Amino acid sequence: MKAYPMKIAGLLLLVSGWLLVVATIALLGPAPARGAFVAAGIAVEILGLGLLSRSHSNWREDQG
Amino acid sequence: MITPPALSDASFALCIALLALIPFAAIGFALINTGLGRSRSAAHAMLASLCVPGVAAISFVIFGFAWEGTAGGSAHILIMRGNPWNWLAVQPLFFRGLVPGSNASLIAYMQMLCVGIAALIPLGSGTDRWKLGAICGSTFLFSAITYPIFAHWVWGGGWLTELSRYGMGLGLIDCGGSGTIHAAGGLTALSIAWLLGPRRGKYSHDGMPTAIPGHNSTLVLVGCMFALIGFLALNSAGALLLAGVSRWQLVLVLVNTFLAAATSSLATLGTTRIRFGKPDASLSANGWIAGLVAISASCAFVVPAAAILIGAVAGMLLPFAIDVFEFRLGIDDPGGSISVHGVAGLWGLFAAGLFAHLSGSGPGQLLAQIIGIATLLGFVLPLTYGLNWALDRVYPQRVSGDGERQGMDLHELGADAYPEFAIHTDEFMTR
Repeated sequence: MKAYPMKIAGLLLLVSGWLLVVATIALLGPAPARGAFVAAGIAVEILGLGLLSRSHSNWREDQG
Repeated sequence: MITPPALSDASFALCIALLALIPFAAIGFALINTGLGRSRSAAHAMLASLCVPGVAAISFVIFGFAWEGTAGGSAHILIMRGNPWNWLAVQPLFFRGLVPGSNASLIAYMQMLCVGIAALIPLGSGTDRWKLGAICGSTFLFSAITYPIFAHWVWGGGWLTELSRYGMGLGLIDCGGSGTIHAAGGLTALSIAWLLGPRRGKYSHDGMPTAIPGHNSTLVLVGCMFALIGFLALNSAGALLLAGVSRWQLVLVLVNTFLAAATSSLATLGTTRIRFGKPDASLSANGWIAGLVAISASCAFVVPAAAILIGAVAGMLLPFAIDVFEFRLGIDDPGGSISVHGVAGLWGLFAAGLFAHLSGSGPGQLLAQIIGIATLLGFVLPLTYGLNWALDRVYPQRVSGDGERQGMDLHELGADAYPEFAIHTDEFMTR
């Protein structure tokens, strides 16, 4: 049961990371800040990927 | 942004010839996926490899191309801070409005083949446990929704190609489809592997994986040779039609494609030789494909030395990626699709930013490539996962336990691929 909220959170983090990247392109100028925000967006996505992966490991353990 | 010029008669004829060779890539993938699966699912795997390009082509012609479109065609555009953001094409359904003999008609046909190749990739991760009906349903969703949206952003004049407006080189470069075809297909393969779960008996109770070797290495290795023909044609056609490269430069595309495949395969062979004491045939074959996948994005824009490096990194990365997915993350991917297409595809996009030499590309090119990778992970993966999850709720995608034990051939098709010599002891077990 604990896998389901983790899965949703993982998917939301993936989308949030991408939206951060898209917002960075639209809102920031061609400065180092843009690179830093894109890196931050990717970091959020990696976090989401880890959470999604973890949720599937938990689901598999629940299934036995 | 790269704007391809109109093709001369000679280039048009060359494109037709190249497009006729692209299906060899699909033949290669079909043989590889079948060879890496069990003998009791071989006919099922080959039949699925016929059904997938068919379903993909039909759904792409009906819906997909309307949302993908071609560069310069009508599209939904959002204005953000005074800059246009091209999000989605608006073209008629059923390929209507395409003028036969135009560049757009060639691109549409090429895309119809590309979507079939991309949709074949998840078959590798779902081998031995994915129902044929679910395969067709999942392919329909991929070809009608997931692929066309991302392909529009990369190849249809969408916002990823327009990153040049923001000082990011020439926008996302992906002339042969490392990201658009392979990474998108590889991430769908990851979703399928997650949703289906591992094959019965793959993991012990303490979570340790058991080796389930493919049933026919010869099929896998022959598949690699067929795939080479398909990739040479696909990368050349992509360079001509999507990247605006002249036909005289195609020699570089061919040289780079072959070099990357060769070095990647040799790198995997060497890595497995060092790690396991003997070279692994199946992994080396997958290394060959990983090299082809990785070079696709930049095949027209890098020097041969860079192609060798791109292939070598892809080949060395592959066995470690497969280990991480199998041992650390508990993902059962019999065909190695996630590592071969997903990981190598993402590496190919990144490598294009590192090594591509184009007039006007500059340091912003790498950022454009990273944004492409972020879009694959943050948009394509959740979308394809969500669509397959919804399909699984309506129509469970995994075959029943009995069906899996019996084998997909007998359970779904009623006949084995090798009826004269296939003996499965558990078919005779008392249940």
